Amino acid sequence: MAGEFGNPEVVEEEVDILLIGGGMACCGAAFEIMRWAEGTDLKIKLVDKAAMDRSGAVAQGLSAINTYIGTEQDPADYARMVSNDLMGITRDDLAYDLGRHVDESVHLFEEWGLPIWKTDENGERHDGSKGMTPLKDGGKPVRSGKWQIMINGESYKWIVAEAAKKALGIDNIEERIFIVKLVNDKNDSNRIAGAVGFSTRDHKVVVYKFKACLLAAGGCVNLFRPRSVGEGQGRAWYPVWNAGSTYSMAAEAGAELTLMENRFVPTRFKDGYGPVGAWFLLFKAQATNAFEEVYMVRNKEMLDDYPPYGHAAVPASCLRNHLMLKEMKEGRGPIYMDTVTALANLRETLSPREVKHLEAEAWEDFLDMCVGQCGIWVGENIEPEKKNSELMPTEPYLLGSHSGCCGIWVSGPTDVGAPTDEAEAGVPDHLPKGWNWGYRSMTTVKGLFTAGDGVGASGHKFSSGSHAEGRMCAKSMVKYCLDNPDMKPELADSVDDLVAEIYKPVKNFLEHKDYSTAIDVNPHYITPKMLQFRLQKIMDEYVAGVATYYQTNGKMLAVAGEKLDMLKEDAEKMRAKDLHELLRAWENYHRIITAEAHMKHIEFREESRYPGFYYRADYNLVDEENWKCFVNSVYDRESRKWTCFKRKHVDLVDKSKLFK
Amino acid sequence: MPTFVRTDKCDGCKGQDKTACMYICPHDLMKLDKDGSETGHAMKAFNQEPEQCWECYSCVKICPQQAIEARHYADIVPLGGSVQPLRGTDSIMWTIKFRNGTMKRFKFPIRTTPEGSIEPYAGKPAADMSKIEEIGFFNQENGFRAGDRSELINL
Repeated sequence: MAGEFGNPEVVEEEVDILLIGGGMACCGAAFEIMRWAEGTDLKIKLVDKAAMDRSGAVAQGLSAINTYIGTEQDPADYARMVSNDLMGITRDDLAYDLGRHVDESVHLFEEWGLPIWKTDENGERHDGSKGMTPLKDGGKPVRSGKWQIMINGESYKWIVAEAAKKALGIDNIEERIFIVKLVNDKNDSNRIAGAVGFSTRDHKVVVYKFKACLLAAGGCVNLFRPRSVGEGQGRAWYPVWNAGSTYSMAAEAGAELTLMENRFVPTRFKDGYGPVGAWFLLFKAQATNAFEEVYMVRNKEMLDDYPPYGHAAVPASCLRNHLMLKEMKEGRGPIYMDTVTALANLRETLSPREVKHLEAEAWEDFLDMCVGQCGIWVGENIEPEKKNSELMPTEPYLLGSHSGCCGIWVSGPTDVGAPTDEAEAGVPDHLPKGWNWGYRSMTTVKGLFTAGDGVGASGHKFSSGSHAEGRMCAKSMVKYCLDNPDMKPELADSVDDLVAEIYKPVKNFLEHKDYSTAIDVNPHYITPKMLQFRLQKIMDEYVAGVATYYQTNGKMLAVAGEKLDMLKEDAEKMRAKDLHELLRAWENYHRIITAEAHMKHIEFREESRYPGFYYRADYNLVDEENWKCFVNSVYDRESRKWTCFKRKHVDLVDKSKLFK
Repeated sequence: MPTFVRTDKCDGCKGQDKTACMYICPHDLMKLDKDGSETGHAMKAFNQEPEQCWECYSCVKICPQQAIEARHYADIVPLGGSVQPLRGTDSIMWTIKFRNGTMKRFKFPIRTTPEGSIEPYAGKPAADMSKIEEIGFFNQENGFRAGDRSELINL
């Protein structure tokens, strides 16, 4: 019986393992899991709210793989870099483990057909179509930085998805299914038993029961008011469809979150948010104020305020913003990327063939991953060899895979010296003490795993690391299921209640739509779009958005708390006039919960750990003595309240090597 | 730069229930106006929420009729430029037109193997279940970096 709008068909299904998301992490999991599951009879399914060929953060493509360790570096070097970029507070166990696994995934990408640039014996670089020695057999990549390698990555996701789909089998994949809520087990509130969502194509609610699931649905975008005012709001730096679903669903299921105060404010080409990495690292361009002064030089003494993080060869990302913001606040903007000088300098050192490719490389950097930036260049008649481009720090983003480390607290590896106990008081009793509790990448909720942007306190895993992290989850989820053969998941909530909850925005619309003549103005409901605007305005003005140059204080956060409480109440009055709007309604609900976590964590951490990303004006310092620790939290779905607490930070690799 | 669909080129993917652009859009933006009630153009697709368009060009690249183009974000970008791809099986061609009329063309490789040719497990071993709790994946492609254990200071 096919459903209709307002009266959806309800499909219940039981599997052993559900993969929620179709990005790099779940594609990695799909590839790895089917090998471990061979002969086990485990039933595995993947659901994606979009189409796997172009879903997740790599949908558009990428011009580089940002994490490739290579043979010349040690996983410990990688863990050190991650730590310093994130101001000293990361889980070395997670970063180190990722560092030793990640190249395996990169080698697979190349085998599957991803073109990877190579350097020949004369040091000349070639694009990835030339059939040179593969990386796994000793081929030399083109390093744009210490950790990055250049690719022709327009079809990166398409290729990775093809392998994942073939591995999993098309019958085990359902696209255009948006999971909106996890359901705990009836007999154990700290265990996961199911997930519910709906089809964005058919009038259908899906109810899955399972033993384990991988929740990897990206980071959070558009929780802050963007700098763009109209159509350009879609041109978020991170993918606009990342709605905080990972963090909010995990939090509501009781999972412990970590470092949700962390955010990423990338400095990017203004308005188009085109990547700067290749310009800084490959083309050796410098960023200047409007008077051609390099602010990293002009303001370098500001780095002394933040020892030791400011003193590494590459200071933490947030501190680079901190030095730039001084120029903007004191009126020496606009800020520019000096592309003209950089390209002129390169012409002097490269072979004629390489010079010919140089211009194409500069354009490909955008065309492979951020076409919109090219749109701005052509509209404004900018040719990078003739005219410099403006840079701008963006609105804040929440993520765990790029230069950010918010996310979920997960179980790490057991062989790298991670703590087995907790030295900070105040951690709720039901939570694990040490950094590993049996299954790699499992959250503090039994059966709930995460990867990629979901894993907090690490960062810098990027596309390749997210894929590798998904593969780690795959193994441990299989093990978890094999260890629990008799477990029978039972949903804590009734299916009728869940269906009613999911379709509430539709009901709100159908019940009240004839009350007023204008479909969008009605006292009985709020459109998802207006609710999003309200969220963005609160976050921007009170929780350190661009409006205040990323500053807030305890008083402002208290006001934000009051406003968010009312917004959460009003979220129950969101309307959905069609399935597309139902998608937006639930995305925005996820954004609110994520935003609230962000605000509560910033409020709890009485210091400014990430200068340049945000400032607590009432605690405008990095307080190593009291706050060199994780800030973690749990959310109670019943009382709708957060509990924040500290966890002790421990170094597993020696960080002093960064400063020698 | 929201994408737009040209009325003279879109054929609604020949009356199938879903169009290629609807299939691919990561943000659920493309919609087929079956009866023309939403756009005045029956059986043609349109971008239903242009201010949410990431400009990822997934729809532009997949459209079999090359009916989809992008008009750069009107709140940011002066009119007149265009950036248009033609995506083949192993490479992509870009035609770039500046507001002042300057033209550029680029061609980049996108993949080194035929589309659909990946055999994920060909030549790879089965998983060794006795190692399911150990570090590492089911197979190794020369990319596992064991690391110098002396770097670990808390063992």
